[in-house]
Amino acid sequence: MKALSLIVRLFRGAAKIQRKRMILTATAIAWGTVAIILLLSFGEGLKRSLETGRRGLGESIVIIWMGETEKAFAGLPAGRPIRLVPDDVELVLEGVPELASASGEMHNWNVQLVNGRTALNKRVVGVHPAYRDLRTSYAQAGGRYIDELDQRLKRRVVFLGNELAKDLFGKDDPVGKTLLVADTPFTVIGVLQKKKQMSMYGGPDSDRATIPLSTFEAMFGRRYLSNLVYQPTSVAMAPVAKRHLMEVLGAKYRFDPADTRALYFWDTIEDAKMMNAIMIGIEMFLGMIGALTLIIGGVGVANIMFAAVTHRTREIGVQMALGARRVYITGSIVLESVALTFAGGVAGIGIGVAVVQALAAVQARAKSEAMEFLGAPTISIPIAVTTVTLLGLIGLAAGYFPARRAASVQPADALRFE
Amino acid sequence: MFWNGKNGKNGGKSEGNGHHLIDLQGIRKVYDTGAVKVEALRGLDLAVRENEFLAIVGPSGSGKSTLMNIIGCLDTATEGSYRLRGEQVAGLTIDRLAEIRNKRVGFVFQNFNLLPQLTAFENVELPLLFKGTPARQRRERVELLFEQVGLSDRMLHRPVELSGGEMQRVAIARALACEPDIILADEPTGNLDTTSGRDIIGMFEDLWRKGHTLVLITHDPAIARRARRIVNVQDGTVVSDEAVA
Repeated sequence: MKALSLIVRLFRGAAKIQRKRMILTATAIAWGTVAIILLLSFGEGLKRSLETGRRGLGESIVIIWMGETEKAFAGLPAGRPIRLVPDDVELVLEGVPELASASGEMHNWNVQLVNGRTALNKRVVGVHPAYRDLRTSYAQAGGRYIDELDQRLKRRVVFLGNELAKDLFGKDDPVGKTLLVADTPFTVIGVLQKKKQMSMYGGPDSDRATIPLSTFEAMFGRRYLSNLVYQPTSVAMAPVAKRHLMEVLGAKYRFDPADTRALYFWDTIEDAKMMNAIMIGIEMFLGMIGALTLIIGGVGVANIMFAAVTHRTREIGVQMALGARRVYITGSIVLESVALTFAGGVAGIGIGVAVVQALAAVQARAKSEAMEFLGAPTISIPIAVTTVTLLGLIGLAAGYFPARRAASVQPADALRFE
Repeated sequence: MFWNGKNGKNGGKSEGNGHHLIDLQGIRKVYDTGAVKVEALRGLDLAVRENEFLAIVGPSGSGKSTLMNIIGCLDTATEGSYRLRGEQVAGLTIDRLAEIRNKRVGFVFQNFNLLPQLTAFENVELPLLFKGTPARQRRERVELLFEQVGLSDRMLHRPVELSGGEMQRVAIARALACEPDIILADEPTGNLDTTSGRDIIGMFEDLWRKGHTLVLITHDPAIARRARRIVNVQDGTVVSDEAVA
């Protein structure tokens, strides 16, 4: 320990002479550190923003639309339309063990909604109660979503999107109030919690009214589903679930389970995988820009270390004459380089964190959609680890080469150096 | 006493190669400056026994500094054999050479070569640190050395706060720190006034009497005569080697 502290002291005296240059070098490192922290934090913020946006549609769900057969099957010609009915939801839940839950969905995109003197034509959808969890449609406090009893009793209850509720009821609490849906009185049971939704089909969830599927069927006289939403038991089981589902429905409607046109799948699990890959790409790109900035700072450190080594050649010669092994010479130079790098790094991390926090505060208050999409910059553990690792590597590299040069000189030559 | 133990310690031990502490044979040193090759030493032979007080003299450019560098393992010979206490030095690794300098050779330089940012105490402690001596022993040893050179009250001063004579005494204490086989002094009085110079030479004589081996490099005949043997180097070879009466 004493040896280490002495070695540090050996260089501290000499460092005084170069203080100004050292401060500039540390500043360069601090700048690079701020850059890398900002870039990675914005990357992280964007990633989280995209992730919550994706969750707005639902977590690991698959949506099926109906198509036409493309292959002839069991004596039936190609080109038959396949139409699913509400009972098929129970059929697939029973027949496909890999399904965690499923819901049918029917759309009527132009229904008049009337509250007192306010009348709007909006989309109304009928769904099973499982839709709530599948499509992350949770009620605000004081309300609830459609439940099994509503579905069984074909109750005239309606769940409103948060934007739609505002348009119809203004600032009043709509829960418990009566709303005319296509001239039929419905009771409002809940309002959607505000959510970020990036993917959608048939408009955002915030701008629609939802009623039980059974009520929808009865009111609008529909037989066929617009689409079916399901969630496999796990992400790993998703392909198996899809295959089994095709087999079960293929057996009922007599189409080839390999017929890709009979049903259209929107697999958000696959989307999520791709998005993750893209995000990793973006993060690597941002990290690389930051790392390059930091490396420029590292070049500065290497430069000052080379100057320091030249400046202290004679002292190094004296240390060699006294029997300093190579590790003492190189070790102290590398140590100094790492210390210099970390001094800049610590300052940079401090400034970076402060800037990120300030920007996050600004972002939280900003109303612009672009800012919302960008997300609040966030510092995560991996960002901290990456930054510190990079700083360490740069410090080592910036010290290693000057140190190697210092140690390679013959002591006699070093002592002669003026 | 710590610095008169040399003879007792090694008296009965075989030194190998005729009991020579330093044994140089056919040493050549060529400096290759790119354009010209300068031959500083041309097949020099020199043997030094335990407890000799030797002065190497010669005009500047004679090769005496090169010779000192080679004896002190600060540089390696281009050709020839150098045995230090029987051990062949040629071809040793950098770290092994550092270890030899650390444990076997004590240097005293003309310009003292104390590290300016360290205190006198730390300067003397440095070779012990490189050797790996535990902290308590280091402390005791350094304090003892300062007592011997009569600078106990100056231990915590920095080199700039010391006079030339004091700096050289610190340097001698540093040279003695690891109980070396040889003390190599390169013009030790060159930067000192006459009185301080006389003190330093007196100190060397003391050391010799207490059993140390000293090699003194100088161009000053008056100082050389204080040694017991004078080796005259010219043009890279020994031209005379005589004992002082």
